[in-house]
Amino acid sequence: MTEEIIKTKEEEVIAKLDTFDELPDAPPKRRIKLSWVGKLSVAVVAFWLLIVVIGPYIAPFHEMDMDGDDSFLNAHSNEYGTFFLGTDYLGRDTLSRIMFGARNTIGISLLATLFAYLMGITLGILAAVKGGWIDMGISRINDAILALPTIMLGLIVIAALGSSIPILIGTAAVIYATSVFRIARALGQDIMVQDFVEAAKARGEGVWWIIKSEVLPNAAMPLATDFGLRLVFVVLFISSLSFLGLGVQPPASDWGSMVRENLQGLTYGSYAAIWPALAIATFTIAINLIVDDISAKSGGMLAKKMV
Amino acid sequence: MAEKLLEVKDLRISAYNDEKVEIPIVKGVSFDIYKGQVVALIGESGSGKTTISLASLSYTKPGLEFSGGEVLLNGEDVITMPPLRQREIRGANVAYLAQSAAATFNPAITINEQVTESPVLHGVMSQEEANKRAVELYHALELPDPNRIGFRYPHQVSGGQLQRLMAAMALCGKPDLMVLDEPTTALDVTTQIEVLKAFKKVIREENAAAIYVTHDLAVVAQVADHIVVLYSGEVMEQGSADEIINNPTHAYTRRLMDAVRPKPVAGMGTDVGTEHERELPAMSVENMTAGYGGIINGEPAVTILRDVSVKVENAHVVGVIGESGCGKSTLARVMAGLLPQAKGKVKLEGEELEGGIKDRKLSELQKIQFVFQMADTALNPKQVIGDILGRPLEFYHGIKGREKHAKVAEILDMVELPAEFASRYPAELSGGQKQRINMARSLAANPEVMLCDEVTSALDSIVGANVIKLLTNLRDKTGVSFVFISHDLSTVASFADEIVVLYAGRVVEQGPTDEVLEPPFHPYTRLLISSVPELRIGWLEDTMQKREMAVGIARGVEITAVGCPFYNRCPMAIEATCDVKDVPIRELKSGHQISCHLTIEELQEAEAHTQKILHGFEKVGDDKPQKPA
Amino acid sequence: MMMQMVLRRIGIGFATLIVVSIIVFLATSILPGDVAQIILGQSATPETLAALRAELGMDQPGYVRYFSWLGDMMSGDLGISKAGGATIASLIGGRLGNTMMMAGWVALISIPISIALGLWAAMHPGTWLDRIVTFGTLSLISVPEFFIATILVLILAVQLHWLPSTAYMTGEESFLELMRALAMPLITLVIVVSAQMIRMTRAGILNVMNSPYIEMAILKGVPRGRIILRHAFFNAIGPIINVIALNLAYLVSGVVIVETIFAYPGLAKLMIDGVQTRDLPLVQACAMIFCGTYVILILLADVGSIVSNPRLRNPK
Repeated sequence: MTEEIIKTKEEEVIAKLDTFDELPDAPPKRRIKLSWVGKLSVAVVAFWLLIVVIGPYIAPFHEMDMDGDDSFLNAHSNEYGTFFLGTDYLGRDTLSRIMFGARNTIGISLLATLFAYLMGITLGILAAVKGGWIDMGISRINDAILALPTIMLGLIVIAALGSSIPILIGTAAVIYATSVFRIARALGQDIMVQDFVEAAKARGEGVWWIIKSEVLPNAAMPLATDFGLRLVFVVLFISSLSFLGLGVQPPASDWGSMVRENLQGLTYGSYAAIWPALAIATFTIAINLIVDDISAKSGGMLAKKMV
Repeated sequence: MAEKLLEVKDLRISAYNDEKVEIPIVKGVSFDIYKGQVVALIGESGSGKTTISLASLSYTKPGLEFSGGEVLLNGEDVITMPPLRQREIRGANVAYLAQSAAATFNPAITINEQVTESPVLHGVMSQEEANKRAVELYHALELPDPNRIGFRYPHQVSGGQLQRLMAAMALCGKPDLMVLDEPTTALDVTTQIEVLKAFKKVIREENAAAIYVTHDLAVVAQVADHIVVLYSGEVMEQGSADEIINNPTHAYTRRLMDAVRPKPVAGMGTDVGTEHERELPAMSVENMTAGYGGIINGEPAVTILRDVSVKVENAHVVGVIGESGCGKSTLARVMAGLLPQAKGKVKLEGEELEGGIKDRKLSELQKIQFVFQMADTALNPKQVIGDILGRPLEFYHGIKGREKHAKVAEILDMVELPAEFASRYPAELSGGQKQRINMARSLAANPEVMLCDEVTSALDSIVGANVIKLLTNLRDKTGVSFVFISHDLSTVASFADEIVVLYAGRVVEQGPTDEVLEPPFHPYTRLLISSVPELRIGWLEDTMQKREMAVGIARGVEITAVGCPFYNRCPMAIEATCDVKDVPIRELKSGHQISCHLTIEELQEAEAHTQKILHGFEKVGDDKPQKPA
Repeated sequence: MMMQMVLRRIGIGFATLIVVSIIVFLATSILPGDVAQIILGQSATPETLAALRAELGMDQPGYVRYFSWLGDMMSGDLGISKAGGATIASLIGGRLGNTMMMAGWVALISIPISIALGLWAAMHPGTWLDRIVTFGTLSLISVPEFFIATILVLILAVQLHWLPSTAYMTGEESFLELMRALAMPLITLVIVVSAQMIRMTRAGILNVMNSPYIEMAILKGVPRGRIILRHAFFNAIGPIINVIALNLAYLVSGVVIVETIFAYPGLAKLMIDGVQTRDLPLVQACAMIFCGTYVILILLADVGSIVSNPRLRNPK
């Protein structure tokens, strides 16, 4: 009886060997799984992106309406409506200005990041694939720009050209394209030395096919994660310039300049400077939390085994 | 019987996936280890052998958890003991030796500190005592410069030496039990034998017990007293080494033994059919020199191959064999055009080829296909199999749409995989299946010559054996010529029609398989042949009697511009000749060539001498010839 | 080998400084167009324009102007401010000292705190204290410096009245008064810089923690503290040096915001004022000082990680 069981078991093993040749690897289904923090963060980012699109249409006031009873008031109502977050230093509705400002702060940052990516990836992949003097040339110039503090570069350009929205977008795009370039080039170089690219080269494939079919699909995910981080940096950069009075110019609203305008209100107990600062914080923290959630949480695994 | 040291009872270890679903990895394994005994855990990847061995240190790899059973070390259960006690036994009672010493030595700390760290931390001995013991162990393990090697950093010593230093690290604290996890797998055969010998010697001298984890039965036969055969986390069979090796009862064990290739001897070469015969060789390399860095006067900055000539006949398999770093992969890369040669010619069907890919014609590229060693990295993880196999069809032959679909299915069938695989990603396949896809991609180009670079090295023995079988079928069916590169002489011998032996960038011997495996040998070929472990208890001791073993393996490989590259390791080297004079090529019958200063007669005589020693080693015993170091 | 690499880096550092000076010069002298036109505005006549151009040396080709500018810079002649006509050197003098003092204090406080906290968090990954540290620092690096400063003002100055909300200095206060005045900007910068350094120290250590030699150390029964301090830290030291240098360089941007908020009389505030009034010679000089410091710090980081690499320090 037991003999028989053993025999069938043996046959099972051999049968398995014959069908598979070997034990199959566990298929690593790489789905992105977010923790609840990650999901909440996605909701926050989605909320702000929605405000960018529809904010100006649903805001109770126009960003330039000075309809409040006085400046630096906290939440109140009057004949024009309700000021949920109070008024700013000119008696304008803070909530409406935040809703309008989203378009400037996030919109400008998004555009700048997109342009930075367009430039950075194109040049980075080109440098990685072509190598040689093209790589040398672009990399040297890039390193020099990268060797300057971003805010300094911004200050220099604005000192020279003055501040306007196109200049802001262009400046931020060029500055951050340098770091995108570095990442895209490093990723590209990593992929270019992989055996599957070597195999494509040995087959006689052209450069464009290799970029399109081998390099880009493998670089897409890391670059997408990096996009989030880069966007945060650009938001901080644009807000900081605005905060210094060198970014988006009044009377247009922008979260960074709103903090600056209303800073002295703090002493009178007004939160008009805090709300836009919180708006920036929620947006940037949420993006970073998503990126953190997606990125592999390795490292800690072995460390947990320490005694 | 000796005292029981470790008792593993119904051990269960599980992994948990994202959904917290339990996946059993080790499913109720039991075995015992007695003091002074070496127990081998043998199995292929996924058998749970490493996981089981680590349990004796009360350790599981991240992501795994103990889910049942007991592991009693001197009667104390290591699984349930408190964390601080776990730390106490690690290093002091049980020591671990990992597969890759290069990765397990901390690059920022000197060797001596790492070797002595554990016993000093555990209070087993003082720093001075530990230092002294370390030096003793360095002597025992026959490490060069034993008094000072400890002051070096890991990157300053060679791989084989590091592997032995790791043994010193494990032994320094005089542990009751050593866990050796595939300690020789990553080494060349000639180094492996030396490390094995050192391990065996110290284990015996220290009277230590050990768990020896490996997939290689032939190695197990040399070191183990007791063997546990594992498959998929279960014990298939266990018993004394003698029982298992000489009289296996379980079908799986027999399967494993079948996959062990026999010792390479004459008569292994296969008859080549004549149906694919043509006048011109499919491919040939003539007086080729290649390497890396800028080329000045036909000499590259770093020369990897020097003056190499190889001919690949139609529908033949040419096996290229040599230790790591001998230039065998470089040879294939030059043939494929991935690395333009510095000097010499590469010919395809008699026509001379340009050096680089860019200068070669599409039809030439199509006829020569390169199969990379690691299927894991050679297949784009973001492409489905259908696209991977379809691309060469479209690229070389313009086959598109439905026809391409049908052709992909046909090719999958050729490598014995189902047509559904076309829609899968490489990550969803097993190692052996990926390697088949890797070869299928080259087949899809419909080539004349396939260059296979170590295609079975990363595979388990059974899987590797099946891949070889497949390649043989393909050769017979399609008439494709193969250049088969491997460091494993038995694999090459079982598959190749001709063998090229490379050493330090030069061809030292080449010819038909049967001829090369029959005396007389080039001294290096003989070293290689005698280093291949046999599935026979006592082989290691026999082999150590041979004089090549005593002198040939302790030296490093030097790439030289003049003289014979094997000079510094050759037991028969002639001073002032072999090191300075160009090596003559001696032609034997039917295309068999040996590059050696010794004449054929001298080589024959040396061979006869070795045979005598081998067969009568008991008698020779003490007066075995030894060249002073 | 190592010496060669270090010298190479220093060479690259110098080259970068030259390129930086070219960028600064181009951006501030060529980009704005006709400075004479800007200065004279509407009232310009062709004669006055030509005269001013000659006076400013603008009738010369670009490279000549660059070299004379560079020469002046090197010899300490930073030019004359447009506003008020004072020499830029005199404007910068005291301000530079103030900024350096602040940066020095920040470095002194934040480096030990960051390394200690970073190591501690790496030593106890996954614990709730580690989570607080990771989440807290992530939040802090995600928000602009002015947010942190604003919140600090709200709490420490407005609500609790512990500290002044501006860092006004007369130059004659006692050490305690000086510290009180400096406290707010100091705390802000320490928080900003430390958050980044803690994160990167932790990440640097945990990155090394994936290595097989750490697993080996665990299997040798090496205690937690020694694994982190002896096995992991010595391998992560290159990246950590890099992190410190980069974050000190990051101070450069930090001071710009912080000096503005707290009206701290430092170099950055001077530069912002210069940008607002488009006082280009002043901006040039300040930018060169900031960028120069930045480049030197990055150079130090590079050299530090070369020197700390055991493979390079102990060649075969």
